[in-house]
Amino acid sequence: MITYLQNNYPEVLSDLVEHLWLALIPVVVGAALSLPLGYLAVRVPSLYQPVVNVGAVLYSIPSLALFLMIPVIIGVGYLSPLNVLIGLSLYTLALLARTVADALISVQGETTQAARALGYRPLRQLFGVELPMAAPVIFAGLRVATVANISLVSVGALVGSGGLGNLFTGGFQLGFVEPIIIGIVLSMLLAGLCDVGLVLLQRRLTPWTRVGGRA
Amino acid sequence: MSLVSPTPMLNYFGYLFDGANWHLSGDSSIPERLAQHIGYTLAALAIAALIALPVGLLIGHTNRGAFIAIGLGNLGRSLPTFGLVLLLVTYLGVYIWPVLLALIVLAIPPILAQTYAAIRSVDPAAVDAAVGMGMRPLQVLFQAEVPMALPLIIGGLRNALLQVTATATIAAYASFGGLGRLLIDGLNRNQYDQVLAGAILVAALAIALDYISAFIERVVVSPGVRERGSRRSRRSRSAVRTQSPTEESPVSASR
Amino acid sequence: MITFDQVTKTFPGGNVAVDNLSLELPTGQITVFVGPSGCGKTTSLRMINRTIEPTSGTISIDGEDVSTQDAALLRRKIGYVIQHAGLFPHRTVADNIATVPLLNGVNKKQAREEAVQLLARVGLEESMAGRYPTQLSGGQQQRVGVARALAADPPVMLMDEPFSAVDPIVRDGLQKEFLRLQAELGKTIAFVTHDIDEAIKLGDTVAIFRVGGHLAQVGSPQELLDSPADEFVADFVGRDRGFRGLSFVTADKLEVEPVQAYVDRTSGARLVLDDGGRPQGWRFEEAGSPQPLAGTFTVEDNLRLVTDLAISSPAGAAVRVDHDGVADGVVAHEAIARHLTAMRRESER
Repeated sequence: MITYLQNNYPEVLSDLVEHLWLALIPVVVGAALSLPLGYLAVRVPSLYQPVVNVGAVLYSIPSLALFLMIPVIIGVGYLSPLNVLIGLSLYTLALLARTVADALISVQGETTQAARALGYRPLRQLFGVELPMAAPVIFAGLRVATVANISLVSVGALVGSGGLGNLFTGGFQLGFVEPIIIGIVLSMLLAGLCDVGLVLLQRRLTPWTRVGGRA
Repeated sequence: MSLVSPTPMLNYFGYLFDGANWHLSGDSSIPERLAQHIGYTLAALAIAALIALPVGLLIGHTNRGAFIAIGLGNLGRSLPTFGLVLLLVTYLGVYIWPVLLALIVLAIPPILAQTYAAIRSVDPAAVDAAVGMGMRPLQVLFQAEVPMALPLIIGGLRNALLQVTATATIAAYASFGGLGRLLIDGLNRNQYDQVLAGAILVAALAIALDYISAFIERVVVSPGVRERGSRRSRRSRSAVRTQSPTEESPVSASR
Repeated sequence: MITFDQVTKTFPGGNVAVDNLSLELPTGQITVFVGPSGCGKTTSLRMINRTIEPTSGTISIDGEDVSTQDAALLRRKIGYVIQHAGLFPHRTVADNIATVPLLNGVNKKQAREEAVQLLARVGLEESMAGRYPTQLSGGQQQRVGVARALAADPPVMLMDEPFSAVDPIVRDGLQKEFLRLQAELGKTIAFVTHDIDEAIKLGDTVAIFRVGGHLAQVGSPQELLDSPADEFVADFVGRDRGFRGLSFVTADKLEVEPVQAYVDRTSGARLVLDDGGRPQGWRFEEAGSPQPLAGTFTVEDNLRLVTDLAISSPAGAAVRVDHDGVADGVVAHEAIARHLTAMRRESER
């Protein structure tokens, strides 16, 4: 296995890099879009159920099917990396919109009422009070979405944008398990690192959740 | 390589609407593929459940070995499903059973993790009452804990169902049957109407299975335990759920 | 009768929850275990039905050592009521109540019918039988919990803070109903509470526990109020134990003044009666409308109530009525004070 790595180092590295941006860009896009959508779903109660339902339906569509339906809808080629990017963004959005909405609902209570009484306007309150309080839950959802995306990128190998998935298809075609194992290991390592990274980011952003742990 | 000239929409649906493809007897007909897909999916799910449910119940009831349930759950989430399928097929040969094995292995972690979480989340007062009234351990498990944990347990099964359906689709790359064949074959032959037919059918199947399993959940779970849809109870419900969406959210990792 | 014989419970880690406890719980009576957090009262209770096993010592019910019996079968003969009811949310009210009979093999139809009968016993309507616990209020759930404990008609009942989780008004109602039920059924009951008032209200015998699992004092509520064994008990029972002790003295020996001639010396108020002789209020001026009474008492009521009525009365006196509500005597609070003095002289002799 080490020899394979030594021989094919450049390809593996480029696959890894491709995998990284294919997985992470959708997380950022999906997360960014999920905030307003989740917020709207809370502010306009009649939106909540439709958002949840559409999200559930979307999330249940298998990845390959999604990657192959998008090109028809938006008119790009089947092998465009946009399919994977858009597909994974949709998954992330479907998952996180509900997470954000539920998290915002669950932090409603005495603190938010106090904030309103103090004179916070809604948007300021959202960013200054509610989101920080909902952060732990939202981050948990982010972690799930990120790990999921990293796993799903490899499916993109079937449509030309596979990142480490190329190691899987390559290994299969040639009958070698080494590249596949390397691909799996790297993929899991990547997932682990991103997870740890998110945890650290969360700790940075929400210092109050770590202090004051009295036994 | 991208499509230079956009072909009229109608051509994309050629395969889907071609009656010849819907013959029930055909070897590569849509009903045939559909039956294969559903059959393998359910079989893998059943076997995985047979293994994961008892283990999850045991770990949850005794609270020993919790790290197995949680660790496996996390591991399962980060394992690339496509990689596992191709690994087993490359290593064991291009047959059906390595794929089935991969499907089973991938279905076990979500079922195990969520069954464990479900049992742990049961109201301890009710369990205390059950023990104090004179139920024996197995009676406590099956007459008290499981019925109360049922929504989450079924949630885990539903997650696994979607996971397996999606992975079975991709497995077509390794010469597996099922609806994924339409996608793979279509891609190989540049027959995009076949590809689209496959994509639509797979998506429809997944959605249909999800709805059916939701219906089953409604039927099986006691009305006293079912979660109401009102905003107020949603508030308290989501307060519980969102505390650990990694364990309790109705979504799993890979499709 | 439940007997504790030198029972000790030490938890792994060294914490001594119950220390050499020897105690008798009389048959057919309510014995209350009361004390601050960490005093071992709940642990002691749970050792009776073996949900916690003692480290040493024996617990017997009617002479039989509980550790020699099958734990599950033992528990089916003991009613168990806990703080948050612990009802099964997936079962209807009727099925919840029928839990133990069903475990014992009673056929489903019969068990359900008997469960519905029990509903009336605990003050609930039969229509509740088909509902689910989540549809019930806290007080209703607690009643179902009691019904469930009664279903197999066990001679012994264990109750662990059953009324603590509901609001005071509901709690008051539950306590009254509980006493009524016990008067009908006469079970041997071990009752745990942290509330000394509840202990005094409900207990035939009260056992006060000290932190560390020691028994500080055992006795009737009256004894505890009159002669606390030490400062801990006196403090725990509370500052106004003298006043509260009055609730154990009946008003039957209290001398009353006749209604018709009664005039309040301070204000000149007179009692106004209706045609049937029932009191309407106190009139202070000739033509004014009468001010209503705070309440009335009968010969069966206790002195604490009478004193309270006298103090809150606009005329400084309490009105006694007979069973038809007809006023038959008036007591000014000076008279009550004289009565208390007389009582003290009696007890000193």
